[in-house]
Amino acid sequence: MNLKKTFLPLINPLSKDNPVIVQVLGICSALAVTAKMEPALVMTVSVIAVLALANVIISLMRNTIPQSIRIIVQLVVVAALVVVVDQVLKAWNYEVSKALSVFIGLIITNCIIMGRLEAFALNNRPWPAFLDGIGNGLGYGIILIIVSFFRELFGSGTLFGCQVFPDWWYEAGYQNNGLMILPPMALIVVACIIWVHRSINKDLQE
Amino acid sequence: MNRQSNTYTIIYSVVLVLIVGVVLSLVYQALRPQQEENIANDTKRQILAAALITPSEGQTVAELYDSHITESYIVNADGRKVDGDLNPFDVNVAMEKKKPAAERLLPVFVCNTDKGVKYIVPVYGAGLWGPIWGYIAMDSNGDTIYGAYFAHQGETPGLGAEIEKPAFSSQFEGKDIFAADGAFQSVKVVKNGQEPAEGAYVHAISGGTITSQGVQKMLQDSLEPYTAFFKSLASARQ
Repeated sequence: MNLKKTFLPLINPLSKDNPVIVQVLGICSALAVTAKMEPALVMTVSVIAVLALANVIISLMRNTIPQSIRIIVQLVVVAALVVVVDQVLKAWNYEVSKALSVFIGLIITNCIIMGRLEAFALNNRPWPAFLDGIGNGLGYGIILIIVSFFRELFGSGTLFGCQVFPDWWYEAGYQNNGLMILPPMALIVVACIIWVHRSINKDLQE
Repeated sequence: MNRQSNTYTIIYSVVLVLIVGVVLSLVYQALRPQQEENIANDTKRQILAAALITPSEGQTVAELYDSHITESYIVNADGRKVDGDLNPFDVNVAMEKKKPAAERLLPVFVCNTDKGVKYIVPVYGAGLWGPIWGYIAMDSNGDTIYGAYFAHQGETPGLGAEIEKPAFSSQFEGKDIFAADGAFQSVKVVKNGQEPAEGAYVHAISGGTITSQGVQKMLQDSLEPYTAFFKSLASARQ
């Protein structure tokens, strides 16, 4: 029981308290980077890294932060971490960094991050805050990866850039759905995920 | 100490910003060499793309560039080579564009392809949302375009951003940039179904009118200073 309670911050955001489909945060970036699976995966890793580190740092500082500038302090920490992630990507994975371009910088404005810092890290010890960061990052990433799976599969006929459907399929008249590449389809796919999720978890229905 | 006092708040924010500043500059210093190499490789990839050369599996762009680009130099508006230590690769085309045409440094990359020697020149201009740029490979007659590559910073996906697709840039292959009487006329980008009064043209992108016009203006402005150089290529062959 105790063990379960310790890992609650890690497990909860994966489904019942998912930041994207239950709290409806971070939708903007979920639309922007999910046309292909690779950027979605890199975005997931980047958000997990930023969120977990920011949560730990803010949690360590929580007793020293002056109340009047706490949001600014959180912003400075998040912004610094995001710049580090951006620089690392530029050095180690230039192609993906070009594909993600401004969206890495926009992690700063991802409301999941500020939301978790305000709601959790400011009042909790570093270890639970770390788990909460990983959990929420994963919860966000799961949705991103599911959405990008469907968008890349039906939009480009590929997964991670590798062709999935055989050539004879295209010769028989199959066509990739161009609409899947465009942002509106991301919203529709997210809505379908929410639909399925609510049907399974009846207690979340309002 | 009172953690809500103004003094504490000010000292706290100053110290925090100093620490963050130091950490960020250390990270930047540590990663800069790798980043510069990536940017250089990306530029090389774009130059080669203009000459229709793309790296195959297991080939690095740097190797491919070294094996194909035999020579690179800077010319002036008179078509003469400019002496100096400046590497043509490092010329900032955006900055040169702001100078009067007569004073510009004009980089030329000589590329050895399996279809003969091509001369690759950079072009730079404005799209709808931000800069657009590219590289144009000219045949050794100095008149015909062999290949083109365009890129953009933030044109609208699906509309203006289509200029980077081969479907658009391959239209330029085989177009002549000089009229029969030898006057510079560039290549026009016109709407589907239309035709300019004279000269070579390609089809614009539907819905990407401003970006397409930007490409036309970019070619006009960026290729014109090379007129003397291209003419000298033609006369050298005869």
